[in-house]
Amino acid sequence: MTTPLTKADVERIAELAHLELSDAETEAFTQQLAEILAMAMRLQEVDTTDIPPTTHVLSRHEALRPDEVRASLTRAEALANAPDGTTEEGFFKVPRVLE
Amino acid sequence: MTGPLPSIDAIRLAVAGGDTSAVDICRQALDRIAAGDGRFHAFNHVMRKRALERAADLDASRRPDDPRPLLGVPIAVKDNLCTQGAPTTASSRILEAFIPPYDATVVTRLEAAGAVVIGKTNCDEFAMGSSNENSAFGPVRNPWDPARSPGGSSGGSAAAVAARFVPGALGSDTGGSVRQPASLCGVVGLKPTYGRVSRYGLLAFASSLDQIGPLTLTVRDAARLLEVIAGPDARDATTSPDAVPGYTDALTGDLRGVRLGVPSALLADGVDAEVERAFQQASDALKAAGATISDVALPHTAYAIPAYYLIAAAEASSNLSRYDGVRYTRRAPLDPADATLMAMYDRTRSEGFGAEVKRRIMLGTYALSAGYYDAHYLKAQQVRTLIRRDYERALGTVDAVLMPTSPVPAFPLGERLDDPLQMYLLDVFTVSANLTGLPAISVPAGFTQARLPIGLQLVGRAFDEETLLRIADGYERLATWWQEAPPAS
Repeated sequence: MTTPLTKADVERIAELAHLELSDAETEAFTQQLAEILAMAMRLQEVDTTDIPPTTHVLSRHEALRPDEVRASLTRAEALANAPDGTTEEGFFKVPRVLE
Repeated sequence: MTGPLPSIDAIRLAVAGGDTSAVDICRQALDRIAAGDGRFHAFNHVMRKRALERAADLDASRRPDDPRPLLGVPIAVKDNLCTQGAPTTASSRILEAFIPPYDATVVTRLEAAGAVVIGKTNCDEFAMGSSNENSAFGPVRNPWDPARSPGGSSGGSAAAVAARFVPGALGSDTGGSVRQPASLCGVVGLKPTYGRVSRYGLLAFASSLDQIGPLTLTVRDAARLLEVIAGPDARDATTSPDAVPGYTDALTGDLRGVRLGVPSALLADGVDAEVERAFQQASDALKAAGATISDVALPHTAYAIPAYYLIAAAEASSNLSRYDGVRYTRRAPLDPADATLMAMYDRTRSEGFGAEVKRRIMLGTYALSAGYYDAHYLKAQQVRTLIRRDYERALGTVDAVLMPTSPVPAFPLGERLDDPLQMYLLDVFTVSANLTGLPAISVPAGFTQARLPIGLQLVGRAFDEETLLRIADGYERLATWWQEAPPAS
């Protein structure tokens, strides 16, 4: 079973994934992802009628805790790994959002 | 270094008893790395200063009969585990300059137990790969044959132990990334039960599959490290509240009455003849020592690879969206005319990620996208349920499932790089333990004629690492392959 996957599909996925692909990458991924998806299509052989999807494995406990303020990173620590020159007055700075 | 490296327990006893110092042990490890790692590239970063300071602190604070279980023991950790103030790159260009503001819980626990965290090991980028060739900083080389892959993704951790640089290391295992390199490098690799070890401070790849585990020369040392790193952590909500048993106490060496199951149908195709022969010899040895071996049916494991790759890629595409040019050190330079937020995202990620990471982000994005979600992602999660049921049924009648860790021994670097699908198929025996969350261990089980290590894998019941380790240790006592060191190490 083959999966038709076109160059246009790959370009659309790249856009969703926020990746800019070179022409060579687009070409290679079109072929490689088609092969991988053809392998993935084998799952369609399995009858999964009324089989619930796994949402978590081995969870035996409720992972809730009181909503209390706790110590965490300082603002300076949280900002310390921002790219050079991209923080200002305690904020991350990004390029313009609106065109 | 010649001869077998002292075990973790032997080092601890020597340091605690004052026969040697933590600083001496640390210096010896640093010297071995400095002298030998040019050939293997197991380390991305050696934390020389931090390690020596830490060792000096241990010597100063050491008490008679010091109870710390890893006192003075040098341990390497995979470079996707956060170390405060020391580079943590996940072998990716996008994190080349990242310095975490905190330690991973496992690092904190190692140090609290007296260990000296000595460096960060090379790996496939963001732990995605089975050969270590996806490291942005160049591959690790297998100490048994430097022209070959050490396996992946924790190849640096496996090579560092195999080369006798350190007696133990931590890796992460999302689809076999501790066990497969352990197998290819001739060391022990344990993936604990999902929820047994905190992932706080592990750079997330696929959160429903990721688990941190030890790589060591012996099963006892793996049990010792697990005792230290396991246990609940308020910072990882997936950790189990169950108390941590004394895993080393479980190592009785007794294999009588142990019931093992072999999924013969799964092993029917594609297993290298020498791996098959070693597997058969290991089964025979276990049987001779009193274990019973029967066939078990795991019919849906034939679909484990496609289910795994869809789920892992889907989770990766979500987890790696955080690397966007805002918070994590790298932002692509932008042309002022085109300096928009979207351009920053796209360009930063495109130049920061390598090919395999991009491929998986693409696959995962596709599997989660409108129109394909039900057919791919949901279907994969349903098949995952069926694989879990297969194992539940099998482990109702046997104590562990027995199979090879990898269908092939170490392969030449470059041999499989151009065919991602062929590389994925290598994970056929390891991914099920991640899909099910079950604990699994790889132990050395011999060599090929060309002196390449072969691994034996055991998959056990959830949160019953004691039984798993007892069987693995029992086997190791019969087959002391670990005592053989690679040439020139």
